[in-house]
Amino acid sequence: MPMNRRRFLLGTVIAGGGLLLGYASTRPSKHRQANAALDGNAAPFLTTWLRISPDNTVTVLVPHSEMGQGVLTALPMMAADELDADWNLVRVEQAPATDLFANGVLIKGFATSLGVSIPGFLDGLATAATMKVAEIMNMQITGGSSSVRFTGEQGMRVAGAAARQMLLQAAAQQLQVPESELSTRLSHVHHQASGRSLSYGELASAAAQFEPPANPMLKRPEQFTLMGKPIPRIDIPAKVDGSAPFGIDARPAGMLYAAVKTAPVFGSRLAAVDSASALQRRGVVRVVELDDAVAVVADNYWRARQALDAMTVRFEATPNDAVNTASIFAQYDQALQGELNEDVEKGDTPAALAAANSVVEATYRVPYLAHAAMEPMNCTVHFHDGRCDVWTGTQDNLGIRGRVASVSGLDENAVTVHAHYLGGGFGRRLPNATNTIDQATRIAMQFDVPVKTIWSREDDMQQDYYRPAVTSRFRAGFDAAGQLTAWENHYIGKNEPAEAAHTPYGIPNQSIAYADSPTHIPFGAWRSVAHSQHTFFLESFVDELAHHAGQNPYQFRLNLLADKPRHAAVLKAAAEQAGWDRNLPAGRARGIALQESFGSIVAQVAEVSIGETGEVRVHRVTCAIDCGRAVNPDTVRSQAESGVIFGLTAALYGEITIDKGAVVQRNFNDYEMLRLRESPEVDVVTIESGAALGGLGEPATPPVAAAVANALYILTGQRVRELPLKNYRFAAAPSERA
Amino acid sequence: MARFRVNGTAQELDIEPDMPLLWALRDELGLTGTKFGCGIAACGACTVMVNGNPVRSCVTPVSAVEDTEITTIEGLAVNVAGGLTPVQQAWIEHQVPQCGYCQSGMIMAVSALLAANPAPTDAEIDGAITNVCRCGTYPRIRSAIRSLTSATA
Repeated sequence: MPMNRRRFLLGTVIAGGGLLLGYASTRPSKHRQANAALDGNAAPFLTTWLRISPDNTVTVLVPHSEMGQGVLTALPMMAADELDADWNLVRVEQAPATDLFANGVLIKGFATSLGVSIPGFLDGLATAATMKVAEIMNMQITGGSSSVRFTGEQGMRVAGAAARQMLLQAAAQQLQVPESELSTRLSHVHHQASGRSLSYGELASAAAQFEPPANPMLKRPEQFTLMGKPIPRIDIPAKVDGSAPFGIDARPAGMLYAAVKTAPVFGSRLAAVDSASALQRRGVVRVVELDDAVAVVADNYWRARQALDAMTVRFEATPNDAVNTASIFAQYDQALQGELNEDVEKGDTPAALAAANSVVEATYRVPYLAHAAMEPMNCTVHFHDGRCDVWTGTQDNLGIRGRVASVSGLDENAVTVHAHYLGGGFGRRLPNATNTIDQATRIAMQFDVPVKTIWSREDDMQQDYYRPAVTSRFRAGFDAAGQLTAWENHYIGKNEPAEAAHTPYGIPNQSIAYADSPTHIPFGAWRSVAHSQHTFFLESFVDELAHHAGQNPYQFRLNLLADKPRHAAVLKAAAEQAGWDRNLPAGRARGIALQESFGSIVAQVAEVSIGETGEVRVHRVTCAIDCGRAVNPDTVRSQAESGVIFGLTAALYGEITIDKGAVVQRNFNDYEMLRLRESPEVDVVTIESGAALGGLGEPATPPVAAAVANALYILTGQRVRELPLKNYRFAAAPSERA
Repeated sequence: MARFRVNGTAQELDIEPDMPLLWALRDELGLTGTKFGCGIAACGACTVMVNGNPVRSCVTPVSAVEDTEITTIEGLAVNVAGGLTPVQQAWIEHQVPQCGYCQSGMIMAVSALLAANPAPTDAEIDGAITNVCRCGTYPRIRSAIRSLTSATA
């Protein structure tokens, strides 16, 4: 995403008095056009913005989705800090609220005026018929660990600082004193010399008459009053008493419920349905046939599900009906023998390998993974009066609005999306993963009452957009002096982010290349995207090289990071906090791994043992993270804990297999989740390097699999080159390796 | 006719005896704090208390809870001063929830455990709290439980 866009601010008086301030990035030629769009609109909709009301409350509208990562708290903290607002007077709203959302003209105006680039993981949509839709989605998308570092740093802080500037101007005029004699604190402007002060609420209407400064002065970190403090998350109280509204909880009046059976083989179509028995059952209203699915609509979800399960449904045969996990990995192996696409070429790797004193080779594999968010996929849609309302939890409300419009043929302005909390996102609720939304829309189009489509856990497990299975092959060469001189890596399928397979280590000759090997299995972004696979590969193989060289794996890495001081500092911090050099009780070992992703650098040390039945036990994970600066330190910790456990769950258990063209796993009984009894202690160390803000939602996920696998090598002498670990039966080695 | 009490109120529902309690609560009574997670009693998101015992409502037919007293997350703090139980307060204090979807069931399971056993060992906690949290709030769940058991021990 572009970091240095021109920006402008828009101020306006809102109905009933008060100041509205928005921020957008744009090409300068569009400035006038966007301002024109504001005329006559009492409540314009902007990308990131805040509202100051006469009662002195500040309302911050957050254009990102809350899925537990704390964005509803962190973004308002950033605006309120620059504004010098009293945190107790700050209110937060999820944008878009319904009334604001109706202002579609402006949304379009802004979207088309934005010189935005589309993140690669949205490519499928960006190339779809309307670029405009993709641009709109980009404005509200919650993904790529981007909210705080982009919307927050470039939007919320600027909006807060600009509003403060305008309030100062208004106060200077009203008090007839120079601006330089005024100061701001706790939602008031103070004139110390005369002892007078005015509240922001009193000043807001007057402030709105001033031109918002385009480049207001931002605070230096030592001036922060909220950023850097562990402010309690505002969404938590509603999440302990059952009142937090998730998409699945929507209950518009007159609602019916739909249960759906989708073709198990992706790409298959509905062949035949015998719906007679279903229609006899209590509560069943209708059977709806779609291209690739059939739905039963009833007055209660359980009744719909029961009727569906009792129905006979056939799907058409497809060319993929014989595909299975083994055939996919065989296809990958073949692709890696064929033509490869260049990723990184540096030095002369073939020559360095030919001249090497010793060469190490290894092939790694990881399986497909499902997201398995706790809230099963669902979407409630109501077509009425030529319009449509949508209730769902999504990582991009505007993107879903565009999607429902395109599926139904309605104009986007006729679609209202009611934002809800997400019962887990992890990439599953991104706007390029809309199979549930599409089905819910098509089903509801046949009714004039709201219809809530709920996928069962089995539907969710078997109709996901999976993290792709990947094979990755390495060869590395050491020269006669024992220096690592050559690094060759061939892997399947370049995904996002583009640099995921790049090594941070100083190796003079590198040849990294990939083969495309498409399958019929749908894939999507899974927390940390391609980093989740490649960090396991890279950091396991580097560990192999350390042992091959007879060196301490920590020291070996450190020696290769001479040109990467931030990486080295994070690695050191993790090692020191974990007591890397301290002895462990018999039967335990430590493994280490490092990765930079989404602008943050994370190193982890896992402390591991083998249980009595050969199971892997992870006692503690030390996680050092340099995200530049922590906006909410407690959220940094909670996201690190969460990322570690998410990555560890995948490393221990995560495996989606394919048989007869379809996904085998169905529910939590065969797609297992880490639970409390297996959960390690997670010890988080944050490093305030002052570098540009990095993301937090994803970067703690990638390293843990390699850290655990590297510890297992020390414990057992067995190198883990395929996941998950549940497929191994480890026995602790009689004497532990050093 | 299914008859039971929910959060102190008598309910009489004209529903099938094999309808799971989960869907009776959510779709018939509109008590959406109790969550659907898996439908096979594997995740615990649907945990409620039946006569004080933790029960996974997604596999519990209403015929099995005839004439019982059911407590859902909405009714947990009904008679508690301040509107939140110590478990709920600890959840805020330790900033436990992330996405929050599993936390109703988690809080019900922990509340039932601590009511029956105010000072559980780690092994007893591990054995009783088998709910799934996909966001991985487990370290904070353990700290929150420990803060309550050390206070009452």
